[in-house]
Amino acid sequence: MATATVPTAERENYLNKEYGIKSWLLTTDHKRIALLYLILITFFFFIGGFFALLIRLELLTPAGDLVQADTYNKLFTMHGQVMVFFFLIPAVPAVLGNFLVPMMIGAKDLAFPRINLLSWYLLVIGGVLMMYTILTGGVDTGWTFYTPLSTQFLNTHVVAAALAIFVAGFSSILTGLNFIVTIHRMRAPGMTWSRLPLFVWANYATAIIQVLGTPVLAISLMLVALERIFGLAIFDPQRGGDPLLFQHLFWFYSHPAVYIMILPGMGVVSEIVTCFSRKRIFGYKFMALAVIAIAVLGFLVWAHHMFVAGMSLYAGMMFSLLSYFVAVPSAIKVFNWTSTMYKGSISYNTPMLYAFGFIGLFTMGGLTGLFVAALGIDVHVTDTYFVVAHFHYIMVGGMVIAYLAGIHFWWPKISGRMYPESWGKLAALIIFIGFNLTFFPQFVLGYLGMPRRYWQYSPEFQVLNVLSTAGATILAVGYILPMVYLLWSMRYGKIADENPWNAAGLEWKTASPPPTFNFDETPTVTWEAYNYDELKEAPVER
Amino acid sequence: MSDRAPVIATHSPALRHHFSNMEQQMEASVMGMWVFLITEIMFFGGMFCGYMVYRHQYYSAWVAGSQKMDFWWGTLNTIVLLCSSLTMALGVRAAQLGRRKSVVIFLLITILFGLGFLGIKGIEYHSHWTEHQFPGLNWAWPDANGNLVALFFSFYWAMTGFHALHMVIGVGLVAFIAYHAWQGRYSAEYYNPVETVGLYWHFVDIVWIYLYPLLYLISHKHISG
Amino acid sequence: MSEHIASAKLYIGVWAALICLTAITAGVSWLELGPFNIIVALTIATCKMLLVALFFMGVKYINQKMTVIVIIAGLFWLFILLSLSMMDYVSRGWQ
Repeated sequence: MATATVPTAERENYLNKEYGIKSWLLTTDHKRIALLYLILITFFFFIGGFFALLIRLELLTPAGDLVQADTYNKLFTMHGQVMVFFFLIPAVPAVLGNFLVPMMIGAKDLAFPRINLLSWYLLVIGGVLMMYTILTGGVDTGWTFYTPLSTQFLNTHVVAAALAIFVAGFSSILTGLNFIVTIHRMRAPGMTWSRLPLFVWANYATAIIQVLGTPVLAISLMLVALERIFGLAIFDPQRGGDPLLFQHLFWFYSHPAVYIMILPGMGVVSEIVTCFSRKRIFGYKFMALAVIAIAVLGFLVWAHHMFVAGMSLYAGMMFSLLSYFVAVPSAIKVFNWTSTMYKGSISYNTPMLYAFGFIGLFTMGGLTGLFVAALGIDVHVTDTYFVVAHFHYIMVGGMVIAYLAGIHFWWPKISGRMYPESWGKLAALIIFIGFNLTFFPQFVLGYLGMPRRYWQYSPEFQVLNVLSTAGATILAVGYILPMVYLLWSMRYGKIADENPWNAAGLEWKTASPPPTFNFDETPTVTWEAYNYDELKEAPVER
Repeated sequence: MSDRAPVIATHSPALRHHFSNMEQQMEASVMGMWVFLITEIMFFGGMFCGYMVYRHQYYSAWVAGSQKMDFWWGTLNTIVLLCSSLTMALGVRAAQLGRRKSVVIFLLITILFGLGFLGIKGIEYHSHWTEHQFPGLNWAWPDANGNLVALFFSFYWAMTGFHALHMVIGVGLVAFIAYHAWQGRYSAEYYNPVETVGLYWHFVDIVWIYLYPLLYLISHKHISG
Repeated sequence: MSEHIASAKLYIGVWAALICLTAITAGVSWLELGPFNIIVALTIATCKMLLVALFFMGVKYINQKMTVIVIIAGLFWLFILLSLSMMDYVSRGWQ
């Protein structure tokens, strides 16, 4: 990333302050750590994407011709584990959040800069373990590690994979801890809670989930490892153990983990929608409360993943009901984004195009979430492609698109250069089309009864599967494009000024790229968040 | 922002650049430690959850297993750990007062108590091992209830094992800050590491405060079946 | 909280109370009280936990409300985990 330095900038900034690999690997600057994360998760995004591509290729034909059943099991397992734990969970918090949260609240750094670096190294160690797992033959438990399959029946690298995710989980915990303390203790004078940007609120809510949920995943994976290594009887049904106990513990984290993935994306979209509509966000307080409400309610719904697993019917009813409550704050968010755009003067820059995509696709994903949260319908669609399509609409259609939106929106701040706008728009369009072509057919497939996690399927499903595979190819092109032109723009892009979008927010009140301590003087905040009434001009069309 | 004190002119060498004053730094590290401790609550919470579920399902096996615990060693260990918490608290107090020597002495006593706890735990582990009470590796149980009692012992080993692991880490941390205290790195105005390690130590004590009754006491005199 | 320094006497008093509570709970365990064994034991354990948290860990003297909220949140989340999991197991036998 040393090529990212700006040759013409005389001003000292975080990129050109020091050179050399050591100045990056031993840095405690949150902005440099954010870029380290960016490199790491981009690598894992392409690893996970590679698995996805193989899965889609296998499903091009009904017969199992490309890979064997065992290999296919490994492919979807490692696709899930890599994407969830090494891309989606760190994506927005550890890259954009790391870069922006201290700047948005007017701080020089996170509260614990060395712990921040440590958490990157933990993700690296977890990543190395994951790569070891992948290269030495992989793991085929499904990303969920369900017992007793994972503890009794498999001879693949279950312990290595569990350890990889355990370590990556600690990275996530430390990031969350750092954010909570930073947001509480490091705000600039005048930066009250009611003036915090919604991106900061979203990362705060995310941090709550990371801190409270991840340890439960850690212990459940440790118990699986203990059962495998020492033969302890924790979840073993032959000795009276209850596999559902594992599922309770696992989903206590892994359902809220969905909100770890989506909430920061919502924060990104809130920033972008208000900026490119030139209007204050509609219902700021409700937006802030909604993310906290989602974080809290998200912990009360986990067993809706287990409706058909043999749990109590009465508990199922409770969890089904509670799941519906999450829809309320989610709907508030969508309503307020659209209300913000209403009568705004909207400009259609790349980040805004992604934000449109997010709002639409998240709504689709959220509404189909209500289908699967309903006890009765879930019996019909459990473990079909309907579920696969539903959570990809949230995670890829929601989170990945929001992540790309944020990368484009803050790229001038991160690199000091503008990305090429027309290429950006083209890529956004390709991704939107490719995504829908990939995953919409899967809703239909699932409803028609095609089960997930099989390498073969009945011939009558082939047309829709071919469509889906074609979509995945388009999507892959859409993901490679930004990779190429963003790298290109680091050297050849137009130099960005301090605030190319005329956006509100403290991060735009310092140089691009920012100096090491973010601000030359600690700012004092005297205005409300999103004071777009005072910053009337539209962003410059480039 | 009433909780944000104005920048204090005096710059302690222990003040890291990104904080505006020592108070902010202290508050941040104490809060950070508390946030870490709630992650620990949830970590142990997963095991307590499993313990509770299985005790509810297999009550008689739980009674049978729990009566194999050694009441006297368990009680003695509780007392040892409470004593270590006292010396830890006195050590932090000495640090607040800037008394270098007392800090080192109290921390060393804390380490001794900690090692004593681990030693007693080792004796217990040894006797459970020789009596074939380690499910999987070394397990034998006289009656047909054995599979279910194995569940109890699995939780016993996992819960006390993770607790002992935390004790080992705690002893290491206390030794580390005792060394730094001996070197004179702390003062009445900068003793954050002593304070935060103290919080960790007390937390590990609290986990034992719950493990002790749940494993040793509540079914001590119950009749299984 | 950095300002408050409790007296050594207080710490020793708290310690003495902890030892007494340990003696009581250990003694009660020799009686067969049926379901009350667990109630007594956990009540005493909670008292001991409060003593350690309030005095040794200085929660009583924390002047940031936020840290107290953090602690309460941690306990509340533990309660969510335990109670909602138990909800499943308790109601499984119902018809």
